[in-house]
Amino acid sequence: MSFQLLLFYLFAAVLIGAALMVITRRNPVHSALFLVLAFFSCSGLWMLAEAEFLAIALVLVYVGAVMVLFLFVVMMLDINLAELRAGFVRNAPVAVLVALLIGAQLVLILGPERFGLAQFAAPVPKPADYSNTEALGLALFTEHLYAFEIAAVILLVGIIAAISLTLRRRPTTRYQNPGQQVRVQAKDRLRVVKMDAEDVA
Amino acid sequence: MAYLGESYPDNTDTEIALPCLPTRNPIRAVCFMPDYPAAVYPALPEMFLLSCTCLILIADLFLHRTKKSLTYLLSLAALAGTFFLTLHVSSPDTQLLFTESYIRDPASDLIKLGLLAITFLALIYAQDDLSEQGLLRGEYFTLVLFATLGMLVIASAHSFLTLYLGLELLALSLYSLVPFNRDSTTGSEAGIKYFVLGALASGMLLYGISMLYGATGALTFTEVAAAIQTGQVDQTFLVFGLVFIVIGIAFKFGAVPFHMWVPDVYQGAPTSVVLFLSSAPKIAAFALALRLLADGLPGLAEHWQNMLAILAVLSMALGNVIAIAQTNIKRMFAYSTIAHVGFILLGLLAANEKGYAAALFYSLVYALTAVGGFGVLAILSRQGLNAEQIDDLRGLHQRSPWIALMMLLLLFSMAGVPPTVGFFAKLFVLEAIISLDQIGLAVIAVFFSIIGAYYYLRVIKVMYFDQPDVSTLPVRITSGSMAALSANGLSVLALGVFPATLLALCQAAFSP
Repeated sequence: MSFQLLLFYLFAAVLIGAALMVITRRNPVHSALFLVLAFFSCSGLWMLAEAEFLAIALVLVYVGAVMVLFLFVVMMLDINLAELRAGFVRNAPVAVLVALLIGAQLVLILGPERFGLAQFAAPVPKPADYSNTEALGLALFTEHLYAFEIAAVILLVGIIAAISLTLRRRPTTRYQNPGQQVRVQAKDRLRVVKMDAEDVA
Repeated sequence: MAYLGESYPDNTDTEIALPCLPTRNPIRAVCFMPDYPAAVYPALPEMFLLSCTCLILIADLFLHRTKKSLTYLLSLAALAGTFFLTLHVSSPDTQLLFTESYIRDPASDLIKLGLLAITFLALIYAQDDLSEQGLLRGEYFTLVLFATLGMLVIASAHSFLTLYLGLELLALSLYSLVPFNRDSTTGSEAGIKYFVLGALASGMLLYGISMLYGATGALTFTEVAAAIQTGQVDQTFLVFGLVFIVIGIAFKFGAVPFHMWVPDVYQGAPTSVVLFLSSAPKIAAFALALRLLADGLPGLAEHWQNMLAILAVLSMALGNVIAIAQTNIKRMFAYSTIAHVGFILLGLLAANEKGYAAALFYSLVYALTAVGGFGVLAILSRQGLNAEQIDDLRGLHQRSPWIALMMLLLLFSMAGVPPTVGFFAKLFVLEAIISLDQIGLAVIAVFFSIIGAYYYLRVIKVMYFDQPDVSTLPVRITSGSMAALSANGLSVLALGVFPATLLALCQAAFSP
């Protein structure tokens, strides 16, 4: 067994284990931390597949930004977990049955006899000076330019949707008035009071 | 005309003459950009709509709350401009752009024109209802315009990637439109339901797409179809991917057994949203199925024909039977939508030019009647009071004979009563099915259409023969809505008397 294959199985095992922990932990903070571990192992797998840029982007974007935000939200919100788990045990048998059936089907269809190296040859390793990032950039801005632009519009719609669904002006809402902030003078904020020295001793 | 897809120099030095320089002095340059303005010319409608929507988004920020009708007028102008640009770029030939990920052919032209016209009507109805319910915010218009852009992208998609992105653009806009009335708990519930189930369906579709991409190694529909045609790809594997794709399509259509979201969303969402959601996206769902199944996977037709037949029969049966039991008219329309989707799927499963033309004709006609039906509900709604029950239409003839007449025409068209256009829509689909010797399917379709006629006629009976409540207020209608409703109702009648024009257009869209 080559070293690469060993690494693949190691990362894959950690990934599956971490993913299982994500959905079974009672404490949502633990779940979120296991998700971080899952992302790291996944990024290791991508690194093995020579997708360096994607691997780094996964760590930077998902672990660095998304998961930190997620943990922040989990800690801020007081979620009643008992209520969320109420339906879990009741529905578990059906869910397990469906999962097993789908799993069996996947193994039957996607097994090595249809998807092995005989049908799909292993890709030739790229030379050392091959730049993954450059290739990705070229593909994005030439071949997939149209798709890239639509993806940008989808992100814009995401922003509009989030704002239109959550932004409310309640009477108690506090917000900053930049005009007033700029016009403020030192004397509005600080009042110097003359007083006699106290006798500390 | 040079297209992006035609000559695509790789990352190599090429001798080209830049358009801005004298041609006798060619320079060496790394060339990725073919003759740009000309190469993307057929995509002008999409570019125009996107630019207008972004401008409207910014303009809306500076408009005072009471002046939001300017946003509405600008949105109408944007739609009208896109409509004329689509007409302008339309031609009988087929063009592929953006490395073959975008297609402009007669079918995409007709689908886009239909979408834009229906959205135009929907905005007119919605404007009055929004201001009546105190929901008049600029986001409604920008989100509807973005959804329309997504539908245009689907109509012109020629690769899995653009198709999926167009679908997500449409879906994301619709998810955020459904809970538009934030104070309504049923609206929020419908929004969450729609979002969760929709995300699941998108996942299914994407999974199927990834299977086909893995098996064929191609993203554009030309290459996928060619790879399947060679017969070297494992058939089991392709069918496995196909199942997920059909599930995704069925969900977007709302076909049984993937219909659960339809009644709840129609009932929970504001009428102004439902009248858009129930009409134009059905044409887009037809475009989605057409592009994926007819353009991408014609080699698997025998498999998807059987799957669509099951979906069609179940949809017609369940939709028509359950609609009878409804007292809420929005729910009744929801189940009637499910039944109509069965007919569209029947046309698609014929898998020939005739069937596609009949299904396109049916989708366009259905969208036209659905937007009108919900338009009447929007007109009858008042502040804090929604026309939701069938009883709310009681004695509509005495309150406003003209609106009642228009509603009568629309309901006749949904039921398929001649001389309205709904009759011909059903007739053409049945004709396409019978020419395939699928007599059984045709008999089932007619049988359930007759059952369906009952609940449409019941609404007509309530409108014409029941007495209105003493307490009901007189119907108030703005001139804009009146013009839209009259045009809508009379066009259903006119297209029914002269169906040949639209049918000829639909047939021309699919003639090779």
